[in-house]
Amino acid sequence: MNNVWRSALRGIGTPIVASAIAIVIGGIIVSLIGYNPLTVYGSLITGAFGTLFNLSSTLTGAVPLLVIGLGIAIAFRAGLFNIGAEGQYWVGAMASVWVGYHFNQLPSVLHIILALIAGMIAGGLWGGVIPGLTKAYVGAHEVITTMMMSYIGIFLVEYMIEEPNAPMRLKGYIPESPAIANNTHLLPALPITAVKQAQLSVSIYIAIAAAIVAWLLLKKTTFGFQIRSIGFNQRASRYAGMRVPLYTILALGISGVFAGLAGGLQMLGVEYQLNDSFTSQYGYTAIVVALLARNNPFGVILAAIFFSALNTGGQNMQQVSGVPSSLTDVLTGLIIFFVAAERLIPVFIGWVRRRRSQGRAHDAQEGGTLA
Amino acid sequence: MDAFLEVAGLTKAFPGVIANDHVDLTLRQGEVHAILGENGAGKSTLMKLIYGLYQPDSGEIRLEGKPVHFNSPRDAIRAGIGMVHQHFMLIPALTVADNVVLGDEPGGFRYDRKEAIRRVRALSEQYRLTVDPTVKIGSLTVGLQQRVEILKAFYREAKLLILDEPTALLTPQETEELFVVVRHLKDQGIPVLFISHKLDEVRDIADRVTVMRAGKTVGSVQVKGTTSQELANLMVGRDVVLRIDKQPLNAGASVLDVENVSVQGHDKHERVKGVSFSVRAGEIFGIAGIDGNGQFELVDAIAGLAKVVGGTVRFNGQDITRLSPAKRTQSGIAYVPQDRQADGLVLDFDLVENTILRDFRRKPFSSGGWLRASAARVYAESLIKRFDVRPPNASRKAGELSGGNQQKVILAREVGRNPSLLIVAQPTRGLDVGAIEGIHRELLKLRDSGKAIILVSLELDEIMSLSDRIGVIHDGQLLEIVDGPSATREQLGLLMTGIHPEDGMPLAVGTETSSSAPSSPKETGGQS
Ligand SMILES: Nc1ncnc2c1ncn2[C@@H]1O[C@H](COP(=O)(O)OP(=O)(O)OP(=O)(O)O)[C@@H](O)[C@H]1O
Ligand SMILES: [Mg+2]
Repeated sequence: MNNVWRSALRGIGTPIVASAIAIVIGGIIVSLIGYNPLTVYGSLITGAFGTLFNLSSTLTGAVPLLVIGLGIAIAFRAGLFNIGAEGQYWVGAMASVWVGYHFNQLPSVLHIILALIAGMIAGGLWGGVIPGLTKAYVGAHEVITTMMMSYIGIFLVEYMIEEPNAPMRLKGYIPESPAIANNTHLLPALPITAVKQAQLSVSIYIAIAAAIVAWLLLKKTTFGFQIRSIGFNQRASRYAGMRVPLYTILALGISGVFAGLAGGLQMLGVEYQLNDSFTSQYGYTAIVVALLARNNPFGVILAAIFFSALNTGGQNMQQVSGVPSSLTDVLTGLIIFFVAAERLIPVFIGWVRRRRSQGRAHDAQEGGTLA
Repeated sequence: MDAFLEVAGLTKAFPGVIANDHVDLTLRQGEVHAILGENGAGKSTLMKLIYGLYQPDSGEIRLEGKPVHFNSPRDAIRAGIGMVHQHFMLIPALTVADNVVLGDEPGGFRYDRKEAIRRVRALSEQYRLTVDPTVKIGSLTVGLQQRVEILKAFYREAKLLILDEPTALLTPQETEELFVVVRHLKDQGIPVLFISHKLDEVRDIADRVTVMRAGKTVGSVQVKGTTSQELANLMVGRDVVLRIDKQPLNAGASVLDVENVSVQGHDKHERVKGVSFSVRAGEIFGIAGIDGNGQFELVDAIAGLAKVVGGTVRFNGQDITRLSPAKRTQSGIAYVPQDRQADGLVLDFDLVENTILRDFRRKPFSSGGWLRASAARVYAESLIKRFDVRPPNASRKAGELSGGNQQKVILAREVGRNPSLLIVAQPTRGLDVGAIEGIHRELLKLRDSGKAIILVSLELDEIMSLSDRIGVIHDGQLLEIVDGPSATREQLGLLMTGIHPEDGMPLAVGTETSSSAPSSPKETGGQS
């Protein structure tokens, strides 16, 4: 048991150390440009968690990061880099909205489920079919194909509402789709005004359930076993009788399913229609979320909240302490750097430890150079 | 004689194991010193400590009397230590010279390739490591690649050479050539530290031996005058049976029938050309041959992992030529592939996951798509016990096990399934004598219980001591099937090079090196 704990600790240790180093360096930068880092970080934290409204806003922003991040983590586990989740998210959003303003005679729960499923299918097909098939059978690299499909997806959604006679455009001067039926709006997470104002819907529960599903899928099913096996060693997986091409397609497809679900949840919980702006960036930030979480579904929950907090807290930080909110981008960059350079961290820890133990045997150390 | 390298009280712990526990070692100037020890005894760890890959928890390393502390291999190299790892670290697309000088290139800002070639050529003459500096690494045999690794060490002016299981991947001929190099180094006063599990080799080349057991050094002995048996006993700590007796053959019906099978390799070349043979229940069918003659492609094809382009494979009377690998596994074919790290294991999986790697679909390990972790763990633990995997901890990642114990895990998984046909390729590569004894016993036990076994090995001794019948493969063709007990080394050796003892005619030419390209297909007189 001791072992299990130790490996669990080691698993979360590095991301925490990485974030901590990033925060310290961020603090140094802030004080160099003449602010008090304590005030700055204080305002960041209050902005993100200080009031029920702020906390709810942070969670609202975390939902899409969380759900997309889960999908990206699953693909990563299979050794695949789904870089095009942004497009899958939008295609999913589009499908959910379309279902959301059709079938208005359906009962509420059924209509919601149908809309979300439509989003999931759309996202799944977008991620699975072309990137999956080309990866599995002709070896096209998924970084290229998911990215290309992402642009195609975004442009497709744009096309749906952009021109005056576009297929999903609401009549009028503003490029937007019809609003989804009222009975498809997701309920607030809690019947409290601050929560309602922050637009925190039950989607947060669905997102957490999705994390549990992702964890079960990866850890407890033969499906996840094969995904992980293929991610670690394709040759051994083939030897073990696994169908590598099929699971490659499935992994990319499922990754898209999660991104599509995120799109659906965002439409049903926050936006209620497609607008002219397709710059959520959730699909990209979610890559960092998955990285920081080391592809662990529960870690994804924490990492999603963390990045959302940087975002909501950053706005408050700017107002209170006057530091530009783009500092949070600097922090994000530093975190990405240190997580990506995670191998440096154990080296760093080992180095510190050795320095300490060598203080005593300094002479032996001198001999090491043997000039 | 002066001590060149001294190791005193060196200790290194990994979570849960003390890999090196107060290890002492003295390496004298100009001696060849072998490290012997069971799998997991801590030999590789000791070498990595000396080479600066790991840092000791306590203890001291002295080089020519001065205490040294290496934070990285870079420090060790600067101090004159060269090491050749078991898995080479070469870049296949670059030439020999480029690989040797990489990281220390001659010329200033501009890479002076001519100078590099000149220096490498001079080095290869000085140390009798003959290899053309201008050819690409990718086209070299394993033996030659190893030479390049040794050259790399001497280019960096190594005064001591460490070889971790240098002969595990070599053919007997290549091993002999390596030993010529080692003897030459010794004559030049360069000490060589090497790990091997092959006692005959150790006695052949080493001056002294240090024996390790469970992380501790048991002692060092002069090689002259000791027998292999004595070394083996010292290493394992009990009496080891080096040759085991076999029950008389009691063969049943034919289990596997291979008819005129041709197989394509990954490079789309035909690697196996019309091979036919059959294996009966209760017998061990050995396949002997020099590496690169199609033996591994042949067994890959039987397991469903290589493309059969002609002929049929029948298993228990059923045509399985087009069956998927998973279906073949289910129907009772087990396979121990030769490359344990690339094919046999998922190194990042723990032992539980690795033991069910090929059986996770079936009960009790899963049902309805859900894994049953506790059943898998119980099974893994029973296999670990039965096959004496060390350390006996199912939660450990396969990658953290010593090489020999990794091999035991694969064997345990495949044998544990109780298959009706077991294919084993190089089952004891990298295993210590005690473990080899155990594996051989398991194989014979399976044979006696009526299983059919195909054994592919590059070790003639292994083939000869276990097989009931031996098929000799050369250039993708099964030249002859001989009776196991009456086969002689000479007969097999000749057949392996493509020469029929009766007529003394070479059957094919140009197979000097092990990974010979398919040579001009002369009409062969041999048939299977
Ligand atoms: N990186 C590591 N992490 C954890 N344990 C390790 C690691 N490397 C080695 N060990 C453990 O240390 C012990 C010694 O391993 P080592 O590789 O030195 O054995 P070895 O004598 O070289 O064996 P073999 O003959 O099988 O190669 C083993 O129990 C092994 O499991
Ligand atoms: Mg070793």
